[in-house]
Amino acid sequence: MRSGSDLESTLECVRDTATTEIGPPKSAGAEHVRKKAKALKGYADAFNLTDNQTAIVRLSSLASSVVCLQEGAEPVMQMTCRDRNRIAMQSDLLGAAALGVRNVLCISGDHQTFGNQKEAKNVYDIDPVQQLMVFRQMRDLGQVWGGDVLEERPRVFLGAAANPFADPFEFRVTRLAKKINAGADFIQTQAIFDLDRFERFMAMVRERGLDQKVHILAGVIPLRSANAARYMKTKVSGMSVPDEIVDRMKGAADPKKEGVRICVETIERLKDIPGVHGVHIMAIGWEDIVPTIVQECGLMLRS
Amino acid sequence: MIIAERKDLGQIVEMLEGKERVLVAGCRSCVSICHAGGEKEVATLAEVLRLQAMNEGRELEVTEATVERQCEKEWVREIGRQVADSDIVLSLACGVGVQVMQEFYPTVMTVPGLNTSNMGAPEEQGIYMEKCGGCGDCVLHLTGGVCPVARCSKSLLNGPCGGSQDGRCEVNRDLPCGWDQIYHSLERLGRLDLLEVNIPPKNWIPSRSGGPRRIVRASIVQGNEEKRAGGGA
Repeated sequence: MRSGSDLESTLECVRDTATTEIGPPKSAGAEHVRKKAKALKGYADAFNLTDNQTAIVRLSSLASSVVCLQEGAEPVMQMTCRDRNRIAMQSDLLGAAALGVRNVLCISGDHQTFGNQKEAKNVYDIDPVQQLMVFRQMRDLGQVWGGDVLEERPRVFLGAAANPFADPFEFRVTRLAKKINAGADFIQTQAIFDLDRFERFMAMVRERGLDQKVHILAGVIPLRSANAARYMKTKVSGMSVPDEIVDRMKGAADPKKEGVRICVETIERLKDIPGVHGVHIMAIGWEDIVPTIVQECGLMLRS
Repeated sequence: MIIAERKDLGQIVEMLEGKERVLVAGCRSCVSICHAGGEKEVATLAEVLRLQAMNEGRELEVTEATVERQCEKEWVREIGRQVADSDIVLSLACGVGVQVMQEFYPTVMTVPGLNTSNMGAPEEQGIYMEKCGGCGDCVLHLTGGVCPVARCSKSLLNGPCGGSQDGRCEVNRDLPCGWDQIYHSLERLGRLDLLEVNIPPKNWIPSRSGGPRRIVRASIVQGNEEKRAGGGA
């Protein structure tokens, strides 16, 4: 055990692990996070607290992670490269570890031009691969970047993202390998609608033996409407939504039910793909539906 | 070369407010190639300023001068007379030119007529693209001659983010994804192996993290005696 994280021990021994997301509010109100954590506790092994998602100012992922901890739910603190240089990153990692956060997801972050601070100067001092290198050195060697020794090491389980639906496709597996080499212990993928492409991706992952080196949690999003499906197909970069999914949502008498059905079917197929160790459910504002999905898929209720 | 574009006319007029004698100073170097501050642009802007003043019934004397390179004092020296006869210099050079002009003529205010944007090259006539981030620590040998610092919107050094699709950047569909270009360049060069290597956190000291950058080429720096003798430039 590298970290003492429950997510780590679950992934080591259970195949059907589930993580999900809690989006921190656009305010100083911690109650929102507290409520969601309370309601979802037991329905996932860990909860991602997003870091100013879509570059919109929100309650910090560190503070939200601590609120989550207070409710007895295990957080995965997301940390983008957009907003911090390596000094702030290492400092925040130490702070998070000191407060009991045991999982950190290293990501580049949405570009600031998508959010409500379009004129901001972004940072990108280091990229997610380098972020993993720095954090692993802190944890495993007990040194900050550059070599200064830490009296106490941050015990953290390190995560990274993978997007099988972005291009160039062939580079996606290389990039995953780079993240694993850099220190990623677990991977959460972009939402999967295009299962054919995901299967091709996983075949390449297995070919390189990467599934033996890292835990892969396959991302899913429950759709709420045909519009949402169309929006993700056409407007969200790095996503692939087949026409068949859009048509199913369009033709559905109860789109929400259909969305859940698609999500559950997807999870069932994902569970059969060798190398997939669990799912990451991103409900994006529809967190109430997570328990239903988890139960219908026969995923655990562990707590 | 340095790419720049003209400031908004309203902004220029505002900077010149209250002045009666303006020297519009262009540069025949980079800004002339990107059609922002060469002889032609100087003439056009000067004429616009004259006409506008005339329409508003203001007194405004506008003179024109374009030097070979506004970034070198030897060329800037040539227009001393015209500067002395002006209340203000409107420089149509890049930001470097504006500063050299102001240093060389410290008692006459020089204001910028251009916004200096980046180091790039013409893609085709009239279209200019940033190519270099001037980070002081080139990685082009690892990236197939395509700069990730300048050409990836997030300056990622180890591959594209999750938003790259169909060779386009997530920030703007009109922009090529820098990492898509790197990938295909390395593929053509038969060097995809270079992508497997993790590039560690970059040293940004030679970028802007070490204060203004100064390069000293000792072999050609003149000693005091040489300077007194007036040799060289």
